Amino acid sequence: MKTKRVSYFEASARTRVAALVDEASFTEFCPPELRLTSPHLARLDAPVGFDDGVVVGRATVDGRAVLLAAQEGKFNGGAVGEVHGAKIRGLLERALRDKPEAVLLLVDSGGVRLHEANAGLIAISEIMRAVLAVQAAGIPVIALVGGSCGAFGGMGIVTRLCDEVLMSEEGRLGLSGPEVIETVKGVGEFDSRDRSLVWRVTGGKLRRALGEATGLVDDDAASFREAVIACLDRGITGRDALDDLEVLQAAQQGLQRRRERFAETRDGLEVWRSAGFPDPQAVPMLTADAFNTQLAGLQAEVQS
Amino acid sequence: MSDVIVFDRLFGAGHGVEVHGHFVRGRAEVAGRPVAVIGTWDSAAVDGDLALAVSGAILEVVAEDAKRTGTPRPIVFIADTEGQELSRREELLGLNGCFAHVARCVDLARRRGHPILTLIHGRAVSGGFLAFGMLADRVCALPGAQVRVMDLRAMSRVTKIALDRLEGLAKESPVFAPGADNYWRMGAVDELWPEGGADWDERLAGALDAVLSASRTDGRAAVGAERGGRTLAAQVAATVLAA
Repeated sequence: MKTKRVSYFEASARTRVAALVDEASFTEFCPPELRLTSPHLARLDAPVGFDDGVVVGRATVDGRAVLLAAQEGKFNGGAVGEVHGAKIRGLLERALRDKPEAVLLLVDSGGVRLHEANAGLIAISEIMRAVLAVQAAGIPVIALVGGSCGAFGGMGIVTRLCDEVLMSEEGRLGLSGPEVIETVKGVGEFDSRDRSLVWRVTGGKLRRALGEATGLVDDDAASFREAVIACLDRGITGRDALDDLEVLQAAQQGLQRRRERFAETRDGLEVWRSAGFPDPQAVPMLTADAFNTQLAGLQAEVQS
Repeated sequence: MSDVIVFDRLFGAGHGVEVHGHFVRGRAEVAGRPVAVIGTWDSAAVDGDLALAVSGAILEVVAEDAKRTGTPRPIVFIADTEGQELSRREELLGLNGCFAHVARCVDLARRRGHPILTLIHGRAVSGGFLAFGMLADRVCALPGAQVRVMDLRAMSRVTKIALDRLEGLAKESPVFAPGADNYWRMGAVDELWPEGGADWDERLAGALDAVLSASRTDGRAAVGAERGGRTLAAQVAATVLAA
C-alpha cells in the first residue's frame, strides 16, 4: 500500500518512479552498476553520476506496460548531455520495437548541459525526432512536469511535443529560464527572484489554462499516478492525427489567435482575468481540484 | 553578404526568394527542379511570430502539393538565427510550444515526402536552430557559418570554469566549443562549404540529390561515431535497446 504522501517536487527521480509505477514492476535499463558516466564532465573535473542524471526502464502502471525515463533535477539541473540524451533516445527507439502502451517522460531539466553543449543540443534534436517517430507509430508519449527544475530549454520543446502534459502548479514549463532572461535583458524584463511572478508566467496553472498542460494535479506522486492512469484509460491512440494537415492548420490558427488575444499580456493574472476566473488573484492558491473545477466552465474559451 | 547576393548565388538569377524583416520565403529552382525556400535571416532572435511564419509557410507548401499530382517539392530551410527571443511575454505565451508546433510541421512535411535541406548562413544558435533547421534530412554550413549553443565566455560564467581552460579543451574536444566543423564531427552538419566557392548552385543541387537518395531516418549518432566526434551516443542508445 502506498499511503504516505510523496511530494513529487522534492522527490528524487528514483523515488518518483517507485511511487508512480506498480510495486516491484520496474526494471532499469543501464542501471548505475554499468557506470555510464559522462567523460565530458570528468574532463572538466565536474562530478559525474553513474546514471548520468536519468533513469530509464520498463514498468507497469495499473497493469499496463510502459517505458519510462526520469530525469534527476538534482544532478546538474537534469541537463541533457551525450549519455543522458542517448539513454532517452534509446528508450524511445526501444518503444518502436517493444510497443508499450505509453512512454512516460518524467521531465526535470533546464535543457542542454553546457559542459557538453553541442552533444546536448544534438541529443535533444534526436529526442525530438524520436518522440515524433514513436507517436507516428501510434504510441502515446506522456510528459510529467513537477520537479524543481521544471521543463526548460530543449526539454521544454520536447515536453510540448508529447500527447499529454501532466503538471503540478509547482512544475514550470517554458523555453528560456527567468534567470537567463534577467541576465540578458535586465531585471525589468523578468525579475527571477520574484517567485510568485515566475510561477504566474511559467507554472502549471497558467500552462493548464492556456491548454498547454492537459492535466493539472497536486504536488503528490499519487496524484501524478492517477493522472497517468486516466490518460491510459482514455486510450489516447498516439498522434496518428499528426499526419493530418488539417489538425496542424487548426493548431496554427489557435496559436495565432492566442498571440492576438494576449498581445500585451506579461503576467498570468491577466490570462486568468481574461479567461473569466471569478477571483484571478486567488488562482495561485487554489488546490488542483478547485482550479480544475473552475477551469472546466471556462476552458473552451481560454484555449482559443 | 547581402541577401540578394546570397540567394542569387544559391538559386541563380530570376528566383523568387524574398526577405521580409527576419523572415525568408519564396520559390526557386535547383537544377531545374522547383523548391520552396523558407527561413530566418540576419541573426534572427526567433519569437512566436517568426516561428509561426515558418510553420505557416511549411503548411502552405504541404497543402499546395497535396492538391497537385507529382512528387512533393523539396523544402530548403535557410537558418540564420542568434537563438530564441528572450522575453517574459514570449515565455508566458509558450514559445517552446510554438517551436514544438514548427517541429511537428517539419515532421508532417517529411512524412508527406518533401525532402528537407537546411543551409546555415550566418549563425545557427541554440533554440532557433533546434526549432526547424536541425530537423532537416541534410544540413549544409555555408562559409563562415557559426553553430553553437553559447559562446565560451558565457559558458565560462555559467559553468564557473575558467575561460582559458575552456579554450584549451575546445582545441581537443568538439563537444562544447562553437563551430560548424565541430557539429560536422558530431554528425549534425553534413557539408561544410569552403570559402570563396563560385559553385554554390552546383553544391546545392548535389546536396539535394544526396537528400533524395538517402534514408529519411535519423542517422546522426552513427555518423557522429564514424567521424569520431560523438563516440558514445550511438553506443549508449544501443545498450538501452539491448538491455
